Amino acid sequence: MDNSPTCGQARAIAERVLDPELPVLTLADLGVLRDVREDGGRVTVTITPTYSGCPALDEMRADLHRALRDAGYERVEIRTALTPTWTTDWISADGRRKLAEHGIAPPQHKAGPVTLNLTPPVTRVRCPRCGSARTTELSRFSSTACKALRRCEDCSEPFEHVKEI
Amino acid sequence: MSFDNAYDAITDASDDKHWAFGTGFDDPLSGVDRAVPAGVSTADLTAYCLMLADDALVLSQRLTEWCSRAPELEEDVALANIALDLLGQARLLLTRAGEVEGRGRDEDALAYLRDEHEFRNVRLVEIDCGPGPGGDFAVTIARLLVFSTWRLAVFERLVASKDPVLAAIAAKGVKELAYHRDHAAQWTLRLAGGTEFSRERMVAGMARVWPLYDELFTTHEVERSLPDVAVPPSDVRAEVDEVLDQVFTAAALDRPDVAPMSAVAGKSGRDGVHTEAMGFLLAEMQHLARSLPGAKW
Repeated sequence: MDNSPTCGQARAIAERVLDPELPVLTLADLGVLRDVREDGGRVTVTITPTYSGCPALDEMRADLHRALRDAGYERVEIRTALTPTWTTDWISADGRRKLAEHGIAPPQHKAGPVTLNLTPPVTRVRCPRCGSARTTELSRFSSTACKALRRCEDCSEPFEHVKEI
Repeated sequence: MSFDNAYDAITDASDDKHWAFGTGFDDPLSGVDRAVPAGVSTADLTAYCLMLADDALVLSQRLTEWCSRAPELEEDVALANIALDLLGQARLLLTRAGEVEGRGRDEDALAYLRDEHEFRNVRLVEIDCGPGPGGDFAVTIARLLVFSTWRLAVFERLVASKDPVLAAIAAKGVKELAYHRDHAAQWTLRLAGGTEFSRERMVAGMARVWPLYDELFTTHEVERSLPDVAVPPSDVRAEVDEVLDQVFTAAALDRPDVAPMSAVAGKSGRDGVHTEAMGFLLAEMQHLARSLPGAKW
């Protein structure tokens, strides 16, 4: 099989790899892809974890390896950078649009994690289906560490929200 | 690839499509710059990384005991997610400890093959707060509130550590711990402000964990010997007191008035001297890895 890589394609290939937990986003949309370097046939990709315990990090590494290998790159190294720390602000505008289109409320900008909240939480997340601002948090933690579970009080649909961190 | 046995298929690390996240969990610090800063004792840095790692590892183990036993499904998920964050912090810190030590021990060797006296966690994280006999959801919430408030205060300072790996782990950890603290505070308000019964249990829960509060702020000689690397926990006492007092005020709870659990001949969790609960916890956590050395799961 002749699949020798065309020089300079590694970045484009790595950018197209999908996030294993939010497969509507690419790793580039999610902002965890920090660097792609190509030196002859050798590719070094740097990614960063979203959460310390994110189990998807190993899967991201494997997917990147596979995508680059399938494109003909034989020497692929995936490095992990812990700094600068990933926050939801690294999710691209395109990524936010894709999340909303798939019924997942995107995180707000520059929000950071909640501070100690001793009064009833203020609702500020809009329903990704009907756009209503009347939504309620059902659980701060949802199917993955990066999402919360909410319900819309107008259309009654439950939906997930990528929470600010 | 085909397999005669379904278990072989799901534990095959070479084909990730069989398994949601693959099974080839490897070095969590892969590719991170790990030079030890000049002038820092590797023995002390190893011990300090183990302290921070063991606190997270042991509480993570305790929190997972609630999975499927919490009062509601959302809480199963929440406690499991918090446990996962802490496990992630523990993996990074154990890996750092192992490589600074330089004796070839990886995160698994440190988690599964050390004995009780080698664990350096504070005793607060090891006591049995349920879901079994003698425990209660409210005790678990009380411990989580105290622990996450304390660890968050330490990590906020650790971000400026001279050790770049500790600083990076802390920078990630503060965001996670802020969520844990808020979650525990929300439950404290809900239980204290709920029925008479839930309030009684919250009061009892706080009283149960409070004897282990003072130990959190006792600065150990290892922490003292790592200036600009470690955070002396005595530095955070005023801040932790203040945050907890805010929660107590909002929940109309009194700060518990109970005597601290004493150290044993001056030694406590950080020195490897633990409570009776620790041996049982380790037996459950370590038995599979010790019974089947090299097993993959």
